[in-house]
Amino acid sequence: MAEPTDLVAVRAALERAHRDEWAVVFGTMVRLTGDWSLAEDCAQDAFVLALRAWQRDGLPRNPGAWLVTAARNRAIDVLRRRRTEQSRVEEAGRLVVPETAEDDERLRLVFTCCHPALPMEGRIALTLRAVMGLTTAEIARLFLVSEATVSQRILRAKQKIAHAGIPYRVPPPGLREERLGGVLAVVYLVFTEAYAPSNGAVVRDDLAGEAIRLARLLVAEHPADAEARGLLALLLLQWSRRAARFDEHWDTVLLEDQDRSAWDRAAIEEGQALARSALSEGDGWYALQAALAAQHARAATAADTDWAMVVHLYDRLLAVRPSPVVRLNRAVAMAMRDGPEAGLAALDDLGRPKELDGSHLLSAVRGELLRRAGRRDEALRATRAARELVRSPAEARLLDRRISELAGTAQPETSLSANRAQAASRKTTT
Amino acid sequence: MQFVSIVHEDPTAEPYDPAEDHIAEWVREGIERGFNVRGDRLRPVAETKTVRRVGGGTLVTDGPFAEVTELIAGYDVLECADLDEAIDYVSRHPMARFGAIELRPVWPLDLQADER
Repeated sequence: MAEPTDLVAVRAALERAHRDEWAVVFGTMVRLTGDWSLAEDCAQDAFVLALRAWQRDGLPRNPGAWLVTAARNRAIDVLRRRRTEQSRVEEAGRLVVPETAEDDERLRLVFTCCHPALPMEGRIALTLRAVMGLTTAEIARLFLVSEATVSQRILRAKQKIAHAGIPYRVPPPGLREERLGGVLAVVYLVFTEAYAPSNGAVVRDDLAGEAIRLARLLVAEHPADAEARGLLALLLLQWSRRAARFDEHWDTVLLEDQDRSAWDRAAIEEGQALARSALSEGDGWYALQAALAAQHARAATAADTDWAMVVHLYDRLLAVRPSPVVRLNRAVAMAMRDGPEAGLAALDDLGRPKELDGSHLLSAVRGELLRRAGRRDEALRATRAARELVRSPAEARLLDRRISELAGTAQPETSLSANRAQAASRKTTT
Repeated sequence: MQFVSIVHEDPTAEPYDPAEDHIAEWVREGIERGFNVRGDRLRPVAETKTVRRVGGGTLVTDGPFAEVTELIAGYDVLECADLDEAIDYVSRHPMARFGAIELRPVWPLDLQADER
């Protein structure tokens, strides 16, 4: 070991190790002990121990291996103390860490956390805790629920894994392809909740980046799966706009107003290539959404967007999976292509689907299209109705601005305003 | 670990087709792979009794405990490595197509632990 190291350097090294190694330490402990709660505690303890040990002894050459060893020793201590479980004590002596690639450990963990026998909210909470290394407090903030609720969800998921006999592994070929779709869905939800929280909780670009890393790993492991590529493309294309989507007050900057030079060109290019490759193998749910995001990415200005192509892609998306949110987005694209009245007609066709009950989206889009059609009183009513329902503070501020413009005497600016409706519903699809 | 798979009739499932009822093959696979502990069909509801102990007396009622249209037609006790193996095996049971299979892990009763 090297010289003693100062606290700042150790903290930085630990933060890096936590990001890169948490899943590996957790996963290795699950594999060794078969006990998810013990694995979690031991992984946690290893990081606590590291803070002191690394200051005293210097940074280890291989932090991951150091942490796995520390967690393993901790597990042996705990198992020895459980005197009544004789066989466990013998087992503890045999806790030999087998060689395994770190990515394999991460994959085993994520496939197990996303097992279809677990309820969706349990899959997401457990993935965030075990794979992404978030604390229960961080997960609670992300979903605006109490820490107790998150702890319960994670505990129930861990118990179900133990009691229902959910194996810790990547499913064998055959089953694996079938299960991949469920894993992709969880990765997508993790990304969305981190990048564009549905209820106005904190935005976590770092976590969104981790979701992309996981999507990348799934693509590498399943090169033949077009939907994995489609998902990675979709995430990269959304992620490419991260530097431009908020102003200095953390207010949302709409797609039309964003500084397109601040978009991440490398992410866009990679996303476009992946989207093309995925879509060439057929219409997939993620591939088509990626293709839609790519339409915005390729337009030099908002006005240059190929709205006819956007409508066409929404039609294909609806053929894959009929969804009211997709139909809502299609109505906005119709308005961009053929004018606001055409968009309003498409909204009338949509009716009042129960999936959008309690959501502000329908009223917000209607208000925006009415405003553009010059039907100011109706627009004001619809926008106020949307304001009643909206949950995200940033979107609430957006609607407040709209309401004061509509209620005031000043003519609302007409240029580019069409995209505001697009922005209102953007988050769920493009 | 052990699972009990409960075979349900389900009026919403595919209509029963005797030509597609490969139950013998299914049982043979289970025996070859060591899954089947035991299992059988159950006699119809008309021959079912429900037993309760009420106020010191034994109360026997004619018929099943719950009046349901999706009747229990049979059961199997399976010894499988894990849930995925059990799901994979019962998914090939003919009644997974013509009915539904309920899969429940056995919760072993630890008498010694209870005495402590």
